[in-house]
Amino acid sequence: MNSCIYGINGPVVTVKNTKDFFVGEMVFVGKERLIGEVISVATEDTLIQVYEETAGLSAGEEIVGTKSPISVDLGPGLIGNIFDGIERPLKEMEKKGGAFISRGGEYTSLNEEKQWEVTVLKKPGERIKGGEIFATVKETESITQKIMCPVNVCGEITFAAESGNYTVNDTVLKVKPDKNKTNAIAGSEENEVILTLKQRWPIRKPRPIKNRLPVTVPLITGQRVIDSLFPLSKGGTAAIPGGFGTGKTMTQHQLAKWCDADIIIYVGCGERGNEMTQVLDEFSALIDPRTKKPLLSRTVLIANTSNMPVAAREASIYTGITLAEYFRDMGYHVAMMADSTSRWAEALREISGRLEEMPAEEGFPAYLPSRLAEFYERAGRVTTLNGNEGSVSVIGAVSPQGADFSEPVTQNTKRFTRAFWALDKNLAYERHYPAINWMESYSEYADDLADYFNKNVDEKFFDFRQQIINILREENSLMEIVKLIGADVLPDDQKLVIEVAKAIRLGFLQQNAFHKDDTYVPLKKQFLMMNVFLTLYKEGKKIVAASKPVAPYFTSGVFEKAAKLKYDIDNEHFDKFDDYLAEIKKAAEDTLNG
Amino acid sequence: MIKEYVGFSEITGSLVAVEGTENAKAEELVTLKTNSGETRTGRIVQILGNTAIIQVFEGAKGLSLDNTKTVLSGKAMEIALSKEILGRIFDGAGRPKDGLPPIVSETKRDINGSSLNPVSREYPKNYICTGISAIDALSTLIRGQKLPVFSGSGMKHNELAVQIVNQSNVGTNEDFAVVFCAMGVKNDVADYFKESFKKSGVMDHVTMFINLSSDPIVERTITPRIALTAAEYLAFTKNMHVLVVMTDMTSYCEALREFSSSKGEIPGRKGYPGYLYSDLASLYERAGIIKGVKGSVTQIPILTMPNDDITHPIPDLTGYITEGQIVLDRSLDGLGIYPPIGVLPSLSRLMKDGIGEGYTRADHSPLMQQLFASYAKVKEVKSLASVIGEDELSATDKKYLVFGKEFENRFIAQGITENRDIITTLNLGWEMLKLLPRTELSRLDEELLKQYYDEPQK
Repeated sequence: MNSCIYGINGPVVTVKNTKDFFVGEMVFVGKERLIGEVISVATEDTLIQVYEETAGLSAGEEIVGTKSPISVDLGPGLIGNIFDGIERPLKEMEKKGGAFISRGGEYTSLNEEKQWEVTVLKKPGERIKGGEIFATVKETESITQKIMCPVNVCGEITFAAESGNYTVNDTVLKVKPDKNKTNAIAGSEENEVILTLKQRWPIRKPRPIKNRLPVTVPLITGQRVIDSLFPLSKGGTAAIPGGFGTGKTMTQHQLAKWCDADIIIYVGCGERGNEMTQVLDEFSALIDPRTKKPLLSRTVLIANTSNMPVAAREASIYTGITLAEYFRDMGYHVAMMADSTSRWAEALREISGRLEEMPAEEGFPAYLPSRLAEFYERAGRVTTLNGNEGSVSVIGAVSPQGADFSEPVTQNTKRFTRAFWALDKNLAYERHYPAINWMESYSEYADDLADYFNKNVDEKFFDFRQQIINILREENSLMEIVKLIGADVLPDDQKLVIEVAKAIRLGFLQQNAFHKDDTYVPLKKQFLMMNVFLTLYKEGKKIVAASKPVAPYFTSGVFEKAAKLKYDIDNEHFDKFDDYLAEIKKAAEDTLNG
Repeated sequence: MIKEYVGFSEITGSLVAVEGTENAKAEELVTLKTNSGETRTGRIVQILGNTAIIQVFEGAKGLSLDNTKTVLSGKAMEIALSKEILGRIFDGAGRPKDGLPPIVSETKRDINGSSLNPVSREYPKNYICTGISAIDALSTLIRGQKLPVFSGSGMKHNELAVQIVNQSNVGTNEDFAVVFCAMGVKNDVADYFKESFKKSGVMDHVTMFINLSSDPIVERTITPRIALTAAEYLAFTKNMHVLVVMTDMTSYCEALREFSSSKGEIPGRKGYPGYLYSDLASLYERAGIIKGVKGSVTQIPILTMPNDDITHPIPDLTGYITEGQIVLDRSLDGLGIYPPIGVLPSLSRLMKDGIGEGYTRADHSPLMQQLFASYAKVKEVKSLASVIGEDELSATDKKYLVFGKEFENRFIAQGITENRDIITTLNLGWEMLKLLPRTELSRLDEELLKQYYDEPQK
């Protein structure tokens, strides 16, 4: 007898007395064949979460198991595309179902009709093993997809297609597997495994690698406060917590646009529909400065907006990271943006509540920290099975309730990420963007990356970075006093710190995302800018040391000029920096002599 | 044959359990008939085998275990629609409340709607001129946006909503409509809106759905869904630009909490159900524009922050979903400034693409940045002044105090019927900045300063 629906409660469906399913199995629910996943199995009640709206379902409708865990298709056709949380192609859904998302309907994630130009790299008689690259497809102008042998296949090639045009379902390779090396795989006939351009992978299982590498290369973002003060490594993890309106999404967009990863996976998890539309529009129009091609041709979008079913929101994060790992395995550096992980945690909470599980803090399930850890640990810089180097960096936005960082999602995320970019409401109110608070933020990668910056940018880079941080820290403690008694009564050396710090805040930490040059700043320019502000400080120190009044130095105009230099010097002509330095020195000398 | 199920097995709060149902569907609409001839409606919220748990919109008062018959309708809750709804007033469940007969329906729509495919959305870019300086200049409203008003009890959010509705319809030749959705409002408030719309002569393109604070709470949870379904119909079928005013979201959320606890659900923060975010999103996300369709749905939800606390779950979750917020400020209200818009915490996320050259004026964005930065500085100076006294302030800081006062009294404040066009508003902004020394305006470049700061205003 087939299994039938017994109970329906929101997205959770119960089945009575069945042994047909395993935990994590993908199932089709009801007449409309809604996609669901088995979340728990017991002798009496088997629970299924449904990835689509359950309205209209009734008890007694059939549930069909697929005998496979919930998986995604991997192959050409991913890049530049937009999917929902369980990798259904939203553009196809629009074509078939119109502007509003209808339920049911089976879609193939990848376009099955498109002919891809395939270069086959293997010949019959050669051996092949899991993870090895056997063909390449030029997928977009900037990305060549490398087709890899599924990890559980190992053996001798009996057939290899000629290079030419193929769809994702055409046979490219046939492999006679070694004994005991392969499990039964779909598509195998008479002990032969057929390899096509696409493969499937369960989203909740990390893809295997050869070994992990130390994270000593920065992910360059062109954002000054990040690169210079709180850098992130390729293969690292970062959290961006912030209340609403502090610019989490804006920061994520900036990173997705400008960071030097090869591939971007952008997951809009439980966020606004208009934001995803914006990403689609903007990324099609913007040009990647490195490849000179549209940004969309290196991006995969996953959109499960806040009004789409909650269970699929929970899955969207895993779908995203699985795609990221797949591209990593080809030897690419992948950056995954998850906006926002709090929505994912809330989806966990919502489903946990429906299951009547015992809640821990703030109603979140007790397994929240372990789920977060599982997710963030899938990031890393690795040697892949085929010997290439690749990385997955994860940047997760966190939306703390009431902008209170002590809530469980922020606190647990802090434990599993190593860079923490705290967004500050007060900075956002002043329209200081990016509103990353320099006192609360940190990056544990800074020390790992010191060598890289000193070698590749300038040997004094990290020294300068520390000096800038020191000035900002000193300003912060001085501000306590200023708030009480005003800045006028401070001694000259402390006034100098306040004035220089103000210039750093306006001219360095604030960055204008809408300005053509300032939106992305190369490392070299970041270094030269730091040099200007430190010169400002050093020259001022000389005046203080000579016990002369510094006030004329402050009013000479060099501070305002330094604060606006980001708009004056573009990203190519750095010789102008010398004029700035000379002017500062002159203003200081005039003060000393006058 | 229509099957009737007699009696219930259990009644808790507004929930009743009916046993022995066949083919009951999740979210299905049901009708309950009592022995006394009264009919009520309800919705199936949970199914357990052949037992259906039904939420009764009118509440379960007066129901007993065996005095009622239940009829399943076989479909989800729908509302009848046609263009005739304009100019009409309905109750919270969509029944006529103005004494006129029900409308002749052209179509029927499921009130739950479906989610809009992000691919089909068009990114909102056209700004709506509300004639209110603090909104137009600093948190511009964009067509297709959802921009809530965070208010507190006793502040003038209703007046602000009426002013926005009255003033934002001008300047467009396209069809314009207002859907007004009241949830748990007081009788006086509902009347105020009715009268205001009548007086300003906009009533012929207003549809009102009114659930009063004394009406059943379960009905309140469906009122916004009905209103938004009507709005979507007008916008996407009838190609109109629809402005939806929803007040008060706090009452709606409290109704949801009451209902959730009667269902025995595990509560999240402050007793609100864990799915409050998803539930609110299912309302707010119904704002927007569809590619290739002329109409649009713009939402202005109004909520009163309990105890003026912006971190309370209702404003907090709302702020995470909506595209910005307009926050009313108690201290400005106390000073008698109308509209008491707290400029700093207010924000419109969509404005960056809807202002500037071709939309408003090229200097809009930098001017806005500078006004924000300068006004933020005023707050700093004020707190310093409260410690050391105004006399001890530096000359520049004193200028900031003057700027702050003028800004609040002349820029933010305006008459309840005063309709300022965008150029007037922007020029007024420059006039304010002239109160500050040129060196303080770090966000403006030389060219703009020359053009607007140095030029004497005509």
